[in-house]
Amino acid sequence: MANFTLNINGKKQQVDVDPATPVLWVLRDHLNLVGTKYGCGIAVCGSCTIHVGGVAMRSCMLPVSQIGSQEITTIEGLSENGDHPVQKAWLEHDVAQCGYCQTGQIMNAAALLKASPHPSDEEIEGAMNGNICRCGTYVRIKAAIKTASAR
Amino acid sequence: MTVVKTSYNRRSFLKTTALAGGGMMLGFSWLAGCKPSGKEALAMPKEWFKINGYLKIGENGVVTILSPNPEGGQNVKTSMPMIVAEELDVDWKKVIVEQAPLDTEHFTRQFIGGSQALRQGWQALRMAGALARHMLREAAAQAWGVPPEEVTTEAGVLHHKKSGKSMGYGEIASAAASVPVPKEVQLKDGKDFKIIGTSRKNVDGLKIVTGQPLFGSDIQREGMLIAMIAHPPAFGLKLKSVDDSAARAMPGIRDVFTVKVIQDDYEKQFFDTITFPEVVAIVGNSTWEVMNAKKALKMEFEPIEDTTETYDRFGTKLKRHIPAGLENTTAHFEKMSELAGRPAQVKRKDGDPETAFKNAAKVIERTYTAPFLAHNCMEPMNFFAHVTAEKAELAGPLQKPELTEKTLSARIGMPVEKIDIQMTRLGGGYGRRSYAHWLVEAALISQKMNAPVKLIYTREDDMTSGIYRPAYHATFRAALDADNNLVAYHQKTGGIPESPLHENRFPAGAVDNYLAEDWTIDTNITVGSFRAPRSNFMAAAEQSFLDEVAEAAGKDPIEFRLELLNRAKTNPVGKDNDYEAERYAGVLELVREKSNWGKTSEGVSRGVSAYFCHNTYVAQVLDLVLEDGKPVIQKVHCAIDCGIVVNPDAATNLSEGCVVDGIGNALYGNMTFRDGVPEKSNFDKYRIIRHSEAPKAIEVHFVKNEIAPTGLGEPPYPPVMAALANALYRATGKRFYDQPFLGEQGVLG
Repeated sequence: MANFTLNINGKKQQVDVDPATPVLWVLRDHLNLVGTKYGCGIAVCGSCTIHVGGVAMRSCMLPVSQIGSQEITTIEGLSENGDHPVQKAWLEHDVAQCGYCQTGQIMNAAALLKASPHPSDEEIEGAMNGNICRCGTYVRIKAAIKTASAR
Repeated sequence: MTVVKTSYNRRSFLKTTALAGGGMMLGFSWLAGCKPSGKEALAMPKEWFKINGYLKIGENGVVTILSPNPEGGQNVKTSMPMIVAEELDVDWKKVIVEQAPLDTEHFTRQFIGGSQALRQGWQALRMAGALARHMLREAAAQAWGVPPEEVTTEAGVLHHKKSGKSMGYGEIASAAASVPVPKEVQLKDGKDFKIIGTSRKNVDGLKIVTGQPLFGSDIQREGMLIAMIAHPPAFGLKLKSVDDSAARAMPGIRDVFTVKVIQDDYEKQFFDTITFPEVVAIVGNSTWEVMNAKKALKMEFEPIEDTTETYDRFGTKLKRHIPAGLENTTAHFEKMSELAGRPAQVKRKDGDPETAFKNAAKVIERTYTAPFLAHNCMEPMNFFAHVTAEKAELAGPLQKPELTEKTLSARIGMPVEKIDIQMTRLGGGYGRRSYAHWLVEAALISQKMNAPVKLIYTREDDMTSGIYRPAYHATFRAALDADNNLVAYHQKTGGIPESPLHENRFPAGAVDNYLAEDWTIDTNITVGSFRAPRSNFMAAAEQSFLDEVAEAAGKDPIEFRLELLNRAKTNPVGKDNDYEAERYAGVLELVREKSNWGKTSEGVSRGVSAYFCHNTYVAQVLDLVLEDGKPVIQKVHCAIDCGIVVNPDAATNLSEGCVVDGIGNALYGNMTFRDGVPEKSNFDKYRIIRHSEAPKAIEVHFVKNEIAPTGLGEPPYPPVMAALANALYRATGKRFYDQPFLGEQGVLG
């Protein structure tokens, strides 16, 4: 076990965990930030996407010991009241079905738009291909990203 | 105006009142953690008045409507309360929706399954709203000293036009709660609907996009432990011994023990399918610690014995043979081919098919297959349990809480009255969460630990201890006469371990000489419901076959189907045909019009398909282009007849999802077995459709009518597979008979 001071959603948080613990489980089990989801544990489904230093990353294979002082943003910290342009677009298009993968989709989409504010359809597909939606809401996800991109 | 008899008597109404007001719904503090949004939050009332089991009204006019069924992405948590709100005549903005607990006395069929929520809930939901509105009018009439029939309502306000009096529902809710429940009540005319038929946003939309705790796996409780299970690596094996010494010594581990999920003498109910009857439980402080300890377990396994078990299918005792042995996919398909060539059980015969085939000008025979499929819900199986000597508190995602409650009661020896099951949002269900053995496992682990426990499956556990979609096989024969009329039709279907046949479905009833027969092969691999059971294969096979028959007959595939449906409508063969030919034809005609069928575009290949299942009619046209051998689906046009569309945008979303899911499973879905071991254990090997592979556009058109609504969670899923196969044929010149069409390949070939 080791102590880590993490900078999460603009707040310093201390945890005492095994250094190999993936950030996903630190968030979910130790900090009660459960918006970041477990889907596969091998970084292929995208449900656990968070931002580390502003970049989208899979938290399920990211040991807490590698974070250091980098800033972590989770879905809970993406905006104050759910009013990030991507979240608003998601509501406008009523994207979700079961909703489980959507926080990961939103975090990935937010990072995409930060890096490329006006992505083409191909860019959207390429960037979002790592996020599985088993309910099949892909058409709405793309539409929502375009709506958010226009703002 | 429809008048319906009410199904509540005074006694049950009183009980409803007591239950709805009790602590049951407030017992779960984790739900209180869902903060309402700043802007949209309603002013909460100081006092609630329970009008009936479905709703309560606050003194300020805010209404809470309970949504009875579990929510798994079908959007029933919005659509079902909309129906209550419609008859209550209330402003939707003043409605708060809450998930009802399992309450078998006051709600019927709190299930996800068979696309039945709206169809079977329709009348009860309307009645609940209409009764409340009636009681409010009665109470207002008494208060004002006017006849109740002179009291009208509008968006949560009662009016008496003659005297000019009016008041909000909240002002009279207290008095309304004690108005006697009438014997019958009037329902609205469809033309007066103000909420039904308008698109309303998902009531949990904001919570979903802000990551608030909605799912079973999000539950946190004081003193809660985390549990996982370890199970045999192969079907056909059972646990022999466990060496848990290394696992126990690992940090954060509280206990390791075996769990017998059911007793030996327990007679299973229909949804009691259990993957492995005995598993090892690993319990600890945190998920990561338990995951690591699980890897340190040393387990030995031994072969299962050949058994035959009796189970109860809703009152009928049936037998199921579970053979010993380690099964292989290659052998499965060889055995299916072999059985297809042997005599089978005749399920329906019309006319004289043997003679008709003998005398035919042309006979077309084709065989179709599909593999086992894993459900792959994005939220792996999980459940929260806190079992004490006094009561059992459970919460999590499941599809059939009422049935599971009985199973649990028998297993832990506690009466159902002491068991409370809370339904959380399901991170996908698709049938898998109908078989809630993990709920029983969670309860047994909690009982042993004497502590609250959250059991979670790893993705690998989820995928390798599946209750899979069966593998299927179908051989069709069609006989055409010299004028290219379909004079005989023969389908012989089978599967492991069930046949996909629906012998009374189209084209039965449209062909003079018809034969339907089937066969099955036993297996020890657990199988169960998967989105649109049986139809999910039959639509793909049959609608591909009919495309080929139409081609052989030199007819347009839509026209060919319409001719058959016209025959079924005007002069049906047989009496048991379980479809309405006119509605079936209606969706084909609508999709023909909306897709501009017959109009060709350069490089675009089109396929059509239509199917009726789960009480809803769907026709689809799929347009694709080939880019370097890779199918790119440009558009899918859907025409759907599900009666009244309660929430059009949500209905469209669900239909779009079915289309994407159907295409994905037809192209890639495939669970294979080697020596009993499921060969795919995670999404690196099990291919799921991804963003770039989804259709670029999906258009959904609904037939407008006033027929009571039917569901959409399944019906748009099966036919799209054939629309895809038929479009692929036009693009490549090759017919696709065996799913998955692409598998692990990137391109066709």
